[in-house]
Amino acid sequence: MLQMTPPTETGPLAKREARLAWGLLLPTITAVALVVVLPLLAIFWISFKPVELGDLRAPEVVLREDIRGDTDAVGDEANIRYRLRNSSRDQPITGVTFSDTIPEGLSVREVDPRCTLNERALRCDLGDWEPGTRETILIPVIIEQAYLDTGLRPQDSAASTTGKASNVLTNSTFTFENFARIFNGDEFFEVLWVTLFYTVFGTIGALLVGLFAALLLNKSFKGQGILRGLYLFPYVAPVIAVAFAWLILFDPFSGSANALLVQMGVTPEAINFFGERPLALIMVTIFEIWRYFPLSFLFILARMQSIDSDMYEAADMDGASPFQQFWYLSVPQLLGILSVLFLLRFIWTFNKFDDIFLLTGGNAGTRTLTVNVYEQAFAVSNIGAGAAVAVVIFGCLLTFSIFFLKYISQEEGL
Amino acid sequence: MSALRFGFVTGPVLGALWMFVLATTLAVAMSFATGEAFRPSLLMSLTFGAIAGAVYALGKSRVYVAFAVGAALIVPMMAGAGPILIGPGASVLSRAVIILLLATLFATTLRVILAEVHWAALTRHEFEGAVIRFLTGFGYIFFTAIVLIPFYVMVMTSLKNQAELMQNPLNFSIDLSKGTELFRSYEELFLQFNFGTYMFNSFFISVLTVLITLAFAIPGAYAVARLRFRGRAAFSRSILLIYMVPMIVLALPIYIAFSMTGLRNSFWGIVMIYPVTTIPVALYMLQGYFRGLPAEVEEAGLMDGLSRLAVIWKITLPLSLPALASVSLYVFMIAWNEFLLAFMLLDDPAKFTLTRGIASLNSSEIPRQHLMAGSVIATVPIMALFLGLERFMTKGLTAGSVKG
Repeated sequence: MLQMTPPTETGPLAKREARLAWGLLLPTITAVALVVVLPLLAIFWISFKPVELGDLRAPEVVLREDIRGDTDAVGDEANIRYRLRNSSRDQPITGVTFSDTIPEGLSVREVDPRCTLNERALRCDLGDWEPGTRETILIPVIIEQAYLDTGLRPQDSAASTTGKASNVLTNSTFTFENFARIFNGDEFFEVLWVTLFYTVFGTIGALLVGLFAALLLNKSFKGQGILRGLYLFPYVAPVIAVAFAWLILFDPFSGSANALLVQMGVTPEAINFFGERPLALIMVTIFEIWRYFPLSFLFILARMQSIDSDMYEAADMDGASPFQQFWYLSVPQLLGILSVLFLLRFIWTFNKFDDIFLLTGGNAGTRTLTVNVYEQAFAVSNIGAGAAVAVVIFGCLLTFSIFFLKYISQEEGL
Repeated sequence: MSALRFGFVTGPVLGALWMFVLATTLAVAMSFATGEAFRPSLLMSLTFGAIAGAVYALGKSRVYVAFAVGAALIVPMMAGAGPILIGPGASVLSRAVIILLLATLFATTLRVILAEVHWAALTRHEFEGAVIRFLTGFGYIFFTAIVLIPFYVMVMTSLKNQAELMQNPLNFSIDLSKGTELFRSYEELFLQFNFGTYMFNSFFISVLTVLITLAFAIPGAYAVARLRFRGRAAFSRSILLIYMVPMIVLALPIYIAFSMTGLRNSFWGIVMIYPVTTIPVALYMLQGYFRGLPAEVEEAGLMDGLSRLAVIWKITLPLSLPALASVSLYVFMIAWNEFLLAFMLLDDPAKFTLTRGIASLNSSEIPRQHLMAGSVIATVPIMALFLGLERFMTKGLTAGSVKG
């Protein structure tokens, strides 16, 4: 008789299911690997490379071709002129050659020693080039009747060039310069402090304001739906539209906010809200709170509406006052969602780039780490340094993510 | 705290604060509406409010008390010494409007706030009730104001011309006699600045992004929600981690790669990148929904001889249309609003998206009303979608826990 034991191996059905699952996930995994994982690896690679914005275009041979001299009658003598140069001023090119077809009706009188002519095919070997090399090659020709008939000029047939240049991104030069540069001096600590201020106050502010808004709307009355929709506006609108609206509202010269404040006697002269040192940072933080309180509001409201109302009735019977009910009943119930929201928002605020970039461009003491990536890579044109800042950001995020994973597993439903 | 719990303290304090809130609100609202000079007086509003609060507490907030308070407010304001000071240039009409508005609003709302407040010691409930009603009133005013003002400024600025803007930045009243001239900025944007093309580009890219995202996310979400395989838990958790990577960190290498391969400045480059930023969100939202569907229906389909893919197509998808709608809307919103990648990867004005187009308007040579008109053009479609399908949208936002 057969011994009855539960199967220990995965059966064929389970295997088929797993295969199907991976098959269904494959497109997503590939896409994510290509656009997320690969760039992340690239960032690490680039951060150790001395690469500038200009280096992105590999050095190449630039060639211009024309014909000089009389070309009006049969027997005229002229020169086909090839002007070549190395497009880079600091990178050599090795093994430079070019080839071209001499048009019908031009008979070549003599050939430059570096070139060979086979029928009408011209090929020149120019050897290795130093950075910034320029060359001119002249091919003397005599005009024949066919040239005048066809009307084909030498520059009508494009010459092709070859040449090898080493690319900074793929060669084996590495440097610690980028990291040394970004960690150097007080600037880095200022950036860190600005990031911290923006992230902490932006997150907490958005949570508190969102909580207040949720408390307001956590009852049913006519128009509640409209108000709820309205309060989501800042989040739903395109960031570029609302950022510019804020800039114009708070403009120091012709902004309405300043006109209002002056008229009300709060301030004697216009305030440059997004241009003065401590104020600009506070303003971008307020913008962050304004733009993202709807999100916390939505989540907190959803959680509030799922709290059992029996509890509040019981508390009412026991004589608990409204504040006591809020503090001893609502807050403990909301603590879970609040902590998850805090973590999520903390990370997203830390990652935020668009808002500050549009409002101040990172000036007036508002340069956060993410804005610094852009600043280094594009404003200073040092891609390597930008990548180094990105690596620092990534390190911070890894730390946050460990926290996040620890908490997210406890708080199901998000 | 307990010292506050006497009617003769609570009443005046809340009255004073409420008067200040109302006076400020009305002054700002009237200034924005007419461009004339109104300003709240801190001292006056606190004094008047405190006296009114005390009167309410004494008179137990009866109706005739409210009438008396309202009437008593009108006289000093007409004399120019009330909680709102009115500039000399203000027209008679706006004077009358603001005085009457403040008097009636204050008298009626404070009566509600102080409904349970009387002169002597208050119970905890009475006191907290009054404070909460005050905070509620303040909250509605505060939130409505902070949300509406930037949008109001955006729309009104777009309808003005340069001279009007410089003359009085507070004047947002529209001169209706100008007729279609009001919409000149919009006309110029569409005729000279190619905003029609940008709008079409944005729409086209957003729709493509939605389709590609769904094509990737639906099978993935189904696999994570329904099929058993090793690494399922790890996968569904790590998909959220992708959320955590900042866009600017990815944008830099993508910029480099696109520059070197010539994909920069092309539609297809953008269409390749956008979906990948939305697939994780969509996958996460959808798998949550798929899990909630009854597995029995699908098993019945399997028993009847459908293959897995046929089950997804014929059973799961029709059942999850609401979820698909909210995911689509949400992805559409992300793609429509996206700025950073469009800004970095597109240089050719023929291929601009709306957000990139607006960014190109931000120069000192182009007047501000054009910038604001561009912003309105970008905002209106997404708002219309949002308001029309708000039910789906809010659901989508909460379910996806949303990328910010």
